[in-house]
Amino acid sequence: MSTLTLSAPSPHLHYVLSLADDQLILGQRLSAWSGRGPTLEEDMALSNIALDHIGAARNLYSHASVLHAASGGHGDGTVATVLGEDDFAYRRAGPGFFNCLLVERPNGDFAHTIVRQVLFSVFALLQWQAMKASSDEMLSAIAGKSEKEARYHVRHSGDWLIRLGDGTAESRGRTQNALLALWPYVDELFQAPSDFDRLISDGVAPDPAQLKAPWQAMVGEALKGATLPFPDVTARHSGGRAGHHTEALEPLLGELQSVHRMYPGATW
Amino acid sequence: MVSDEATICHGTSERERRAWRAAAAVSDPEIPVLTIEDLGVLRAVRDDGGRITATITPTYSGCPAMDMIAVHVDIALRNAGFDDVSVERVLAPAWTTDFMSDAGRQKLLAYGIAPPVGQAGRGALFGTVEAIPCPRCGSEETAKISEFGSTACKALYQCQRCHEPFDYFKCH
Repeated sequence: MSTLTLSAPSPHLHYVLSLADDQLILGQRLSAWSGRGPTLEEDMALSNIALDHIGAARNLYSHASVLHAASGGHGDGTVATVLGEDDFAYRRAGPGFFNCLLVERPNGDFAHTIVRQVLFSVFALLQWQAMKASSDEMLSAIAGKSEKEARYHVRHSGDWLIRLGDGTAESRGRTQNALLALWPYVDELFQAPSDFDRLISDGVAPDPAQLKAPWQAMVGEALKGATLPFPDVTARHSGGRAGHHTEALEPLLGELQSVHRMYPGATW
Repeated sequence: MVSDEATICHGTSERERRAWRAAAAVSDPEIPVLTIEDLGVLRAVRDDGGRITATITPTYSGCPAMDMIAVHVDIALRNAGFDDVSVERVLAPAWTTDFMSDAGRQKLLAYGIAPPVGQAGRGALFGTVEAIPCPRCGSEETAKISEFGSTACKALYQCQRCHEPFDYFKCH
């Protein structure tokens, strides 16, 4: 099966894919901890969280599939085939993914994985809470479901952040390094590409800029518990929502899509 | 406890109620002592001009048991004599442990899994401690080992008195 290129997806489809891609890419990242967790319990925790993310991605890709069909398909006049979850996950190349850069950053050490999870999960929790009021009923339903799961993700990663930051010199140092490395990817979470403007004013999508203050409060609470200051980092990276990614995404997709590309259409 | 009677539909005709009973008897593949009715996963059974549609809702977004449950509901309805059958999934209202029946909670306890405590969706985000009684000796001196247990819906605890580790069905 050939690579899927969506030429000029509608803003609504673009938005739903960006939500789905955040979930899929982070789920794939976390699933790499399966069988390698620092303890058996943590191995299960990270695998369970990965499953939640991939489950949310599936719900969102199913919705994207309906939106894609309703918009008449490719937008270039050709008759579109009906695209399913697997087409979105397995057939797009890197520039076709709209996830934020934070979720594609490598797992690194355990502190990196935990810090990435705190930064993203707090954002996701606030996003789902706001999205429950979406005028898109399916998005509202998915948000209601995912919000409950995100609470566990925030609690789990937040408790670890506190333990690591307020732990040994080694765990504290590693956590600080992770914060410095990942902080430049935070701002992108609160930026919406211009084609989302209409969705935001129409009440389909919450305005991510509005989530920044509550995000800072919640992450601040966890950092305080961890006896760590807000990192002093001025660098900012963005581009994920437009398909411009870091070097880390392609190897992840290579692994994620390998079976589908070797055996197109295989089922089991 | 929030009643979910407003959103659940056991059927309005005798045929629908018969279909409900057939679907309701399907057990959860991961916690076989519970039926999907006990869990609140089965939401409705409708008869649309002969076609029986059963509606189910997932406990967690990524719950891998949902595909299996859908197949088992389909088979149960066919075995009960319904030929035209479909199984639909809904996400709203989002499943909560408040949907779980009292019978389901008793069955969980007897099976050695601590049933959910308290109301879903409340509590502080960081550093919360809940007193979960040990399903074996009843002691409330228990400690959380992991927020995530053998399946997405369970956490892992250990009793400090009888030292037995146990699963806790998380309040969700």
